[in-house]
Amino acid sequence: MFIPTENTSPSFKEFTLVMPAVSVGNVGQLATDLIISTLNMPRVGYFHTDCLIPLAGYNPYAPSADNSTELCTTAEVYCLPDLKLAVLQIRSPIIQTKHKKFRKLIVSWIKSSGFAQTVLLSSSHAYQRDDQQIHSTALRYLLSPAMQRIAGDALKELEWREMERVKPFPGISETEQRLYIPGGGVTKGLYTDCCSEEIPLAVVLTFCSEGDNIPDAFALVNHLNDWLHLVGKPSDAPSQWRAPCSWRLLFGNAIPPALF
Amino acid sequence: MATFFGEVVSVYSRAVQEDEEDLDDENEEDQQIRIEIEQKREVHVNWCPELTQSITNSPDRTLQCSDFVIAVGPNAAGFLSAYVLNSGNWVAVGSVSLWNERTKDSSKQPGCVIYRQSDCPKVLICQCNSYIAEDQLFRWTEKVFACIQQRGLNVMVLSDCSMADYKTPDSLFSSGAPFLRALKSSQYGSQPVCLLLEQPNIVTGLAAAVLSHCQVQRIPAILYQCYSDVINPDSVTMETYKPALTCLSKLSKLDTCLSTEILRKLVQVNETQSNLYT
Repeated sequence: MFIPTENTSPSFKEFTLVMPAVSVGNVGQLATDLIISTLNMPRVGYFHTDCLIPLAGYNPYAPSADNSTELCTTAEVYCLPDLKLAVLQIRSPIIQTKHKKFRKLIVSWIKSSGFAQTVLLSSSHAYQRDDQQIHSTALRYLLSPAMQRIAGDALKELEWREMERVKPFPGISETEQRLYIPGGGVTKGLYTDCCSEEIPLAVVLTFCSEGDNIPDAFALVNHLNDWLHLVGKPSDAPSQWRAPCSWRLLFGNAIPPALF
Repeated sequence: MATFFGEVVSVYSRAVQEDEEDLDDENEEDQQIRIEIEQKREVHVNWCPELTQSITNSPDRTLQCSDFVIAVGPNAAGFLSAYVLNSGNWVAVGSVSLWNERTKDSSKQPGCVIYRQSDCPKVLICQCNSYIAEDQLFRWTEKVFACIQQRGLNVMVLSDCSMADYKTPDSLFSSGAPFLRALKSSQYGSQPVCLLLEQPNIVTGLAAAVLSHCQVQRIPAILYQCYSDVINPDSVTMETYKPALTCLSKLSKLDTCLSTEILRKLVQVNETQSNLYT
């Protein structure tokens, strides 16, 4: 459930919503972090629900120690009215038995807020690619029918690659091909929900393996920038992204000096 | 996933569990089982007859409360037992009971007990010793806070945490465990009695659930998290919470004397188990 930080609820009419799917390597979440941190987006509300594992900490995007004492929760909404952009960040896994409920919540929130389009940043297990997917770039997209009408031509012009349908049994050709996003969390479910509900949704995803997924996040967010132009011109974007302070110490603490 | 040498290893992901696609086409029986499990995992809040009466008599069906102290973990709970609950007339007035995969069937005692003093009824203390599963944290918070009036409420959480979860650019050797760190909600106005939790540390579990609830509902709340490198409850770690008590005693007339008797009892339980070399 969306709860605004102020007494009045902000208007998201005709806004673009960007949100991550909690998926393999947390690539969508890392890319979302980059967007919020770089654009210095203010928080406008919380997404308070029992579908997510609770988590709390101080402001993960604080540029200095002074303004870091704002408490942050597991899922929050950030907004820039000038860019007509809203970003939902999710910081913890979705509880296994509550995937369906979570998708329902998201779909009804998108509908009631009047977002013009929604972009879902996601990822999928690289090791499960089939022969056709192994060729070329790791980045893929998927459009719901309603989104196809809005952005279909633009993405074709950018020469983006659509996520391939795969055969459930490789080598047997007479079977129906299906959409398969292993490790994508709610990606496929949310996509099918948005297709049936006529919601304009674009899934932008990358194949990856879990590890240090920061490079994957940069690749994904640069790719997205080619389309949405969130920061500057696409050509000089890579140097413009600002990694948030919460990304520090991803690989643990300093080595104990007693070792030497 | 097959490795270079051909053996097949299952892939573990920190972000997602096994493929969820099957969940969509569950049949009626699966659904029935899932609903039954959900019912079994429900969180129940029970109040003593006197409090049930005052809750039903109040206009908004809540308890008047100025301070709500929640202790999470054996050290935090032990600290309150030894320093606060031993003096004055603290009586157990409520409990929170729940079931999950780590609940021991033999112990029928509820994992969380709520105490109150008869001459200072506006301060509630909750001791939480049992494991609360991730899917139950939100419900726990929602159900407990539904019984307590929000206006004028201050929340304090004391929570145990392992030193291994503490992130610092320095070596842990120089950190001097056990130590306290504070995390406060935006509405909390006073000065915490210890350093604030540094980036990029986060808190999870019941403490995070309570703090998130307070932040969203604009209730002033503070968490004192104690990082300790001892697995079992011990008196040194319990004593680390002592500075937090100073802001508590301001609010009510708490006699804060240490009961060594209780402390000994709390710590003794573990001594008998770890006597391999003594």
